[in-house]
Amino acid sequence: MKIAIASNGNTLESTLDLSFGRCAYFVIYDSETKAMEFIPNPNRDLEEGAGPASVNIIASRNANKIISSEFGVKIKPLLDSLKIQMIVLKEPTKTIQQIINMLSH
Amino acid sequence: MSPRIKVLRKVLSPPVIKGFKPYGLQAGQQHSEVVNLLYEEYEALRLSDYDKLNHHQASIMMGVSRPTFTRIYASALQKVAKAMVEGRQISIEGGKVYFDSDWYQCSDCHCYFNNPQKDIVVENCPLCGHDQIHQFDFVNESEDDHPTNCEDYCVCPGCGFEKKHRFGDPCNQQTCPECNHLMIRKRSTDPKKQKNEKP
Repeated sequence: MKIAIASNGNTLESTLDLSFGRCAYFVIYDSETKAMEFIPNPNRDLEEGAGPASVNIIASRNANKIISSEFGVKIKPLLDSLKIQMIVLKEPTKTIQQIINMLSH
Repeated sequence: MSPRIKVLRKVLSPPVIKGFKPYGLQAGQQHSEVVNLLYEEYEALRLSDYDKLNHHQASIMMGVSRPTFTRIYASALQKVAKAMVEGRQISIEGGKVYFDSDWYQCSDCHCYFNNPQKDIVVENCPLCGHDQIHQFDFVNESEDDHPTNCEDYCVCPGCGFEKKHRFGDPCNQQTCPECNHLMIRKRSTDPKKQKNEKP
């Protein structure tokens, strides 16, 4: 199962980004192979429609869960129709390493 | 020019059946073509005629404007009437919709998550795997978000029992736990005076 995490850097010490659509990097974590991939977000400076464009990227990688601290209003209907689970974690101090440790419970 | 893109309509849950078939001797003999009722039209009928909401309330539930809701509803009635009069089958499918999902909160890691697959029951938190999860209630949560700025008390006129007034619960509908008397409101500040004090 692949899980996408919105991160504000490309290391394991980076923390959770405050927004999903305009986060700096997406982390795609595969819970079976424990592999992870950092993808720079090309939609970071978009004026409009960054959320749906980011959903496209996540959906093309076949991730079925997204962890972020915020989701915009345009994303919810999209993710519901794509059957991607949203996980809202209101702790922006959590690092990617900590979140991955939580996932491998 | 291509037409404007339709907004995704929110549907609470898919209908329990896939459609309707006419019965009787003439059933399906004259018109064999099926009437296709879209999911959004089914939802419009459900909200408006089954749940008896008005078009304004129903349009908010579906996330569209009131005129759009009325158009969807009119089209739904047209299709149902056509199927009944001409003895056609109704199949409920298609439409530009998404199904609303339930939200849950984990009491261990305090994360919120939704369940996009309704047929699967969630038992564990997807993040930390804890089984202490509960359904997230938007109504109660939004009340907590607006801290009650009234410092009033509910008082029992019989025995003088006092308790803090809760916003949205009228005092005169509550009974005193000590003597079962109806409570009354005791204002710590006069609302009229407060208004005058404001510049």
